[in-house]
Amino acid sequence: MRLIAKQLANKLFLVLSQALMLPALLATSARAAAASDSAVDEAQRWGLNMTEGVTAVSREVYDLHMLIFWICVWIGVIVFGIMFYSMIMHRKSAGVIPAKFHESTIVELAWTIIPAIILVAMAFPATTTLIKIYDSSEADLDIKIVGYQWKWQYEYLGEDVSFFSNLSTPRDEIYGLAPKGEHYLLEVDEPLVIPVNKKVRFLITANDVLHAWWVPDLAVKRDAIPGYINDAWTIVEEPGIYRGQCAELCGKEHGFMPIVVKAMEETDYNDWIAGKKQEAAELKAAMSQTFTMKELYARGEQVYQANCVACHGAAGEGGLGPSLVGTGIVTGPIDAHIDVMVNGVAGNAVMPVFGNQLNNIDLASVITFKRNAWGNNMGDQLQPVDILTFKKNQ
Amino acid sequence: MGDHGPAKGFGRWLFTTNHKDIGSMYLWFSFAMFLLGGVFALVIRAELFQPGLQLVEPEFFNQMTTMHGLVMVFGAVMPAFVGLANWLIPMMVGAPDMALPRMNNWSFWILPFAFAMLASTLFMEGGGPNFGWTFYAPLSTTYAPPSVTYFIFAIHIMGASSIMGSINIIATILNMRAPGMTLMKMPLFVWTWLITAYLLIAVMPVLAGCVTMMLMDIHFGTSFFSAAGGGDPVLFQHVFWFFGHPEVYIMILPAFGVASAIIPTFARKPLFGYASMVYATASIAFLSFIVWAHHMFTVGMPIAGELFFMYATMLIAVPTGVKVFNWVTTMFRGSMTFETPMLFAIAFVILFTIGGFSGLMLAIAPADFQYHDTYFVVAHFHYVLVPGAIFSIFAAVYYWLPKWCGNMYDERLGKAHFWLSFVGLNVTFFPMHFVGLAGMPRRIPDYALQFADFNQIASMGAFLFGFSQVFFLFIVIKTIRGGQKATDEVWDNPEGLEWTVPSPAPYHTFTTPPAVK
Repeated sequence: MRLIAKQLANKLFLVLSQALMLPALLATSARAAAASDSAVDEAQRWGLNMTEGVTAVSREVYDLHMLIFWICVWIGVIVFGIMFYSMIMHRKSAGVIPAKFHESTIVELAWTIIPAIILVAMAFPATTTLIKIYDSSEADLDIKIVGYQWKWQYEYLGEDVSFFSNLSTPRDEIYGLAPKGEHYLLEVDEPLVIPVNKKVRFLITANDVLHAWWVPDLAVKRDAIPGYINDAWTIVEEPGIYRGQCAELCGKEHGFMPIVVKAMEETDYNDWIAGKKQEAAELKAAMSQTFTMKELYARGEQVYQANCVACHGAAGEGGLGPSLVGTGIVTGPIDAHIDVMVNGVAGNAVMPVFGNQLNNIDLASVITFKRNAWGNNMGDQLQPVDILTFKKNQ
Repeated sequence: MGDHGPAKGFGRWLFTTNHKDIGSMYLWFSFAMFLLGGVFALVIRAELFQPGLQLVEPEFFNQMTTMHGLVMVFGAVMPAFVGLANWLIPMMVGAPDMALPRMNNWSFWILPFAFAMLASTLFMEGGGPNFGWTFYAPLSTTYAPPSVTYFIFAIHIMGASSIMGSINIIATILNMRAPGMTLMKMPLFVWTWLITAYLLIAVMPVLAGCVTMMLMDIHFGTSFFSAAGGGDPVLFQHVFWFFGHPEVYIMILPAFGVASAIIPTFARKPLFGYASMVYATASIAFLSFIVWAHHMFTVGMPIAGELFFMYATMLIAVPTGVKVFNWVTTMFRGSMTFETPMLFAIAFVILFTIGGFSGLMLAIAPADFQYHDTYFVVAHFHYVLVPGAIFSIFAAVYYWLPKWCGNMYDERLGKAHFWLSFVGLNVTFFPMHFVGLAGMPRRIPDYALQFADFNQIASMGAFLFGFSQVFFLFIVIKTIRGGQKATDEVWDNPEGLEWTVPSPAPYHTFTTPPAVK
């Protein structure tokens, strides 16, 4: 408690001192920005407006946006024009004697009815587009999207292909220890792959809290809600990589769960999905294999970076979750450790139930990794088959 | 007994039942909260000054966005308007005090406890509320830090305070008007507050129900908002926004009243379309109850619901337009001067209208799929709340402060405060439209590189705006301590009973009701 108060005071002090040094800071940051220009240049700097996107729907949405924007601009020009005219012409200092009028039924009716007509006119195209967006029937391909704290799962229905998509920006870039890359915070380890010119339907839900799946170029944004399946669809016309982010506050790492969609020609897509199936088959085969300690440790480290680091820290020091260095279940009996990983912790919603998120190889390796990393040196290890046995016996 | 003065010492403030004392306490309290919420905002803007995490961790950042919203909405804007109501409504309707003075004392004094409790959560293990001021379940229930229970209790107290305050305002307006002051002769500030008070009574219990369901989910094993237990997370949003949308009008309707008092004074011309102003306010209040789901266009409502809420929301533009047109026409062919209250009132009309435009854009459901939960929304509601609610409060303070304390404020300093705030506000919030449209989600502690430039500008504007408000504090204190004596009328032939009493207004006014023609 006192520690937290102290941290808080430190933070406030830092912020205020930064505020006071703002001019100096500005100069340095301008220089810093110039230094990393190569990366920033690639990204579109000074972007002002909504993207037109790459689908028929996204262009329609863009047109609607521009239409209502220009309507507002013109109303603004007229209203503010009259206002500034009055402010310039009707000043006391110019010797103007104020008029006495204070009502006019005709004028008041006019400025009630005319805006209403403009709004009705605006409602027509908006309704047409909305109806189109809501028609998710007759899709060529269904992809189930599940939001987790803090990653996305993509499941190709009927294809037996399913994977998680995690932020791949290294934490060093986030904490300013390494230069930031071109797609800083908008890159993932495994993108969602879809074919172009096919109607792809997204069935969106969530596993824990609310999330929202948003890709601006597709003009698709739908909340991911536990207990609900929302649908949305898209037909992407050009192959390319389209980036988006989670758009509903979902906790600590809300800003760090991007979405990357890779649209491919149909033949490339078919190759990709065949490759994925192959991979799944190999994985299945690997389930019965035995791995060396080294293999388990290396794989476990990767799994840890993708799934655990947000709460337990890069060196297992803890954060939102408890420390994993020399404490608790990590250095206790291995069965209890497996139990926590497979079933989560009763009464603690923040620790995910990894039993259905990670495969048995990943579970075995990440547990092995944690029990041997950071000086825990338990020396024990798990094989995928151990996890399988554990799941069977419970 | 008409002119006995206030008691001495701290007891005066603790036990006071005087509407002027209570009004002052509300205003000082809200200003303190305004600075506190402002510090939270500056933590946010400092972190967002550059891409990357520099000052705070995401966990603390989320607490800052949440507390900033809660403190500004419930601690700064709402109590400031209640403070203005306390000071002004009895004087405007020719009443000696509020109808229920003891309850008035109580409804103020529970507020500091509510906010002390809310602020103390920041020092608790697990941190303060971190789920946004809209506290969507289940992030605010199953996944919330333990301090959420304090947050719920604080909300209950704030709600009780608001309900008591509004009952008091309604009772005063309906029962204590001077003879001859018919409803359609009341100043618009009184009208807008009467309607606001009804909105408060209608929706604060809904908010109380909402947080009570959260409490039950967290501590008593119910599943109102938990899908796993057969509940419904979307129910939370419906209940919350049924409170939340009228709430935003609660924060803006009294501002309409302030602008309607100030603009005619400095245009030296009666308010145009008084009756239509009243009807427009009532229509906005009515519509505010049937548009709540436009905050939820992306939750996957059936298309019929989506269309209904889109049309109803667009309709709000009509009465709001009427109000703006009336203010502009009041200025037209007037004889204008531009003292500080008028500057703030004009900026209010222009910038609030810009916020209204982005609101109209947000109403278009298909386009909202691109705007929803981006910085475009942040820009929108800051444009209606900062130059809307906050500027009107500044305008009101400059306009009535000479009446309250008997001294004129320093016009040069007031104008300097206006221009600093005006520039700071626009530099802060206008670029947010751009980054929002370009795709930056709200409530993120770190962002992609293409958003860096505008965020840097916004952060600089925020610090300018923030420090300008310390300057405002200085101006107000300087005015209270001395300065040129104000006349009873203060301004050039202003309308209203409050200008018929001496400056400063005596501790008790209208102990015998004035005659209203």
